Amino acid sequence: MNFDFSDDQKQLRDQARKFLAEKCSSKAVRAVLDGQSPYDRELWRGLAEMGFLGVAIPEEFGGAGAGHLELCVIAEEMGRALAPVPFSSTVYLAAEALMLAGSEAQKRKWLPRIASGEAIGTLALFEGTGNPSPKAVKLDASNGVLNGVKKPVADGAIADFVIVAARSAATGRDSDISLFIADTKAGGVDAKALTNLDPTRGQAELVFANCKAEPLGAPGEGWAIIAQVLDRAAVLVAFEQVGGADRALEMGRDYALDRIAFGRPIGSFQAVKHMLADMYVSATLARSNCYYGAWALSTNAPELPEAAASARISATQAFQHCAKNNIQVHGGMGFTWEFDCHMYYRRANALALGLGSLSYWEDQLIDRMRKRNAA
Amino acid sequence: MNFDDTPEEAAFRAKARAWIDANAPKQFEQELSSASLGRIRLKNADIVEVGKAWQKKKAEAGWACLQWPKDYGGHGASPIERVIWQQEEGVYGKLTQPFQIGEGMCGPTVMAYGSEQDKRRYLPKLASGEEIWCQLFSEPAGGSDVAGLRTRAEKRGDDWIVNGQKIWTSGAHYSDYGLLITRTDPNVPKHKGLTMFFLDMKSKGVEIRPIRQANGMQEFNEVYFTDVVIPDSQRLGAVGDGWNVSLTTLMNERMSIGARLATGFPEMFAFCANLMSENGLAIDDRATRSKLASWAVKASGLKYTSYRAISALSRGERPGPENSIGKLVAGTMLQDIAAYAMDLQGAAGALTGADEETTQGQFQQMLLTSPSMRIAGGTDEILRNIIAERVLGLPGDIRVDKDVPFNKVPTKGRG
Repeated sequence: MNFDFSDDQKQLRDQARKFLAEKCSSKAVRAVLDGQSPYDRELWRGLAEMGFLGVAIPEEFGGAGAGHLELCVIAEEMGRALAPVPFSSTVYLAAEALMLAGSEAQKRKWLPRIASGEAIGTLALFEGTGNPSPKAVKLDASNGVLNGVKKPVADGAIADFVIVAARSAATGRDSDISLFIADTKAGGVDAKALTNLDPTRGQAELVFANCKAEPLGAPGEGWAIIAQVLDRAAVLVAFEQVGGADRALEMGRDYALDRIAFGRPIGSFQAVKHMLADMYVSATLARSNCYYGAWALSTNAPELPEAAASARISATQAFQHCAKNNIQVHGGMGFTWEFDCHMYYRRANALALGLGSLSYWEDQLIDRMRKRNAA
Repeated sequence: MNFDDTPEEAAFRAKARAWIDANAPKQFEQELSSASLGRIRLKNADIVEVGKAWQKKKAEAGWACLQWPKDYGGHGASPIERVIWQQEEGVYGKLTQPFQIGEGMCGPTVMAYGSEQDKRRYLPKLASGEEIWCQLFSEPAGGSDVAGLRTRAEKRGDDWIVNGQKIWTSGAHYSDYGLLITRTDPNVPKHKGLTMFFLDMKSKGVEIRPIRQANGMQEFNEVYFTDVVIPDSQRLGAVGDGWNVSLTTLMNERMSIGARLATGFPEMFAFCANLMSENGLAIDDRATRSKLASWAVKASGLKYTSYRAISALSRGERPGPENSIGKLVAGTMLQDIAAYAMDLQGAAGALTGADEETTQGQFQQMLLTSPSMRIAGGTDEILRNIIAERVLGLPGDIRVDKDVPFNKVPTKGRG
């Protein structure tokens, strides 16, 4: 059994960690948090130069052609560093959708630009409150013309292209949904940035008014593609969550060693030790579930839907648990803007929602386990 | 990343599988499979006798205590081969329960500290199941604080005279030998005055009394020592070095107990998938699904954590500290799952009869047994301390009794 990343993949992780430690300091994250810029452009360029944006994109489309295990280790580091860039929307959602369902011409047009950092992409799925569901997609597509409103759309205000889930028929079946690619520079899309829990990853409202868009994938296949994209993204985001959870645990541990109260480091009190031990337990369970997700993703295994839901749930729980208890270990200082704890807390809770909430994925997992048990 | 065996591992697995297929006591397979929680009983046979026969057969064919040297009854196998064997042994591994303390704790301690003569005399018979060993560490005054033990051993000529009491001794009533830690010097701080021995459990002055447990069963014992004579040749390690010797034993305890962990999840999932109420199947209920999902990812998290450890063994490395979470997670899960399964049964959940239609009383038994899972082999609190100190590097507890002579340490709380 070799249920681990290879030495080369671990080396890539170290390389990404070193790069991000240098280019994505807390100060850099705070520049975006404080609204000085919608994302860290310099970091984005650097990620492109390192080959990280296109690590899982085939060479013929301008990527490194490495694979999804490589992307997983980079995702973990992006999460650990709280990278304030549109990585997940561009790489996990848009690029994955293109690789799954794009035509040769579409892949040729967008994938090289993703890899080079020239194009930011995203997926426009949600229309207000609610979890992923074909029933919730109202945005109208008639004759390749889109009309309707999408919100929230991750990184929607800075995206160069958007993959849009739209209603192309009205039979009440999943096959009513089709996907389209809209070029935001071509007109018909109006973007408005929205305030959100984690300003280091932007959210937007996109208004489509007679927007001409080309189909992505076959008509009526939209929901099937989205389900696959969400599973793939769930694994990748779970790695970001595990990276964030580990960092929050480390921050709590370090503070517990440094902070003296009642004449002792607070990390010598069992109440604090046990809180940190429980954080370690959550983070470890999540990491192991994520490894299984990585295996399923990289081999395109039939187990992917179940593995993705498990990784998603476990990593969501772990990051939320570690981020909130990191604040608790820090006490009052953890509740200041000055300390970084709240940035992890914000990210943990925003990531917990982006692809659909915990309760949505719990439902998915149970459905998928039942299906397997019935088979 | 893959789950495949190396060619050598695959060959070993095939060999193990073929031998088990030809030799396992298949008449007990069904009964062993359905007994997933706690200690096993067979309806028409004594599990210790069936276990002994299976262990003997394994030993004769070279499959017992695989990782031990051949001279001492093992097979010199690698850690990964032992894991593969355990996987293949499957439900029949449950038959080895009476020997696990010997293989995992007593044997390694004798191997590390015993004389060559003793190793050749005792270890092969331990490996073959002909002689069963138990571990005599815990005491009424020394549970988590093992080093607080009070059983005295006093030197008289070439012998030691032992007086005192041990508790929570699994299998004492069917054991032939015991690994015994005693206090030989109460005038020095507690960790410094301990000495380890092994003894014949049939020795004069050894009295074994079963403990009736909170779940109504009797699996553990109290063992009383009254002027029990142990020759000095049965001392393991130096006089006063018993604490260090015991660390060899305890290090192995958590590994061996963690090897086959029940979480209750598969039983719970199946139960919820079939339980019909006036509102439909339990598994279609939102609150139930949420709980099931959380337990599911804990169960899979433990499974894949162990796969990571197995992968490290396969590479010839030591597993990382992540394996230390197993019992901590599984114990609480068992307890929570049992309580929720009964909640779903409503008032009938309180019935414990084995013929109750929904669960044959299995969750009720789980509820009553699960508290012990959070205590035996290191309490949840001790395990959290271990994770905090050894994995996260946090400071140890302040120990007020550390530098105090043992006989000056307070023995009572209030009053």
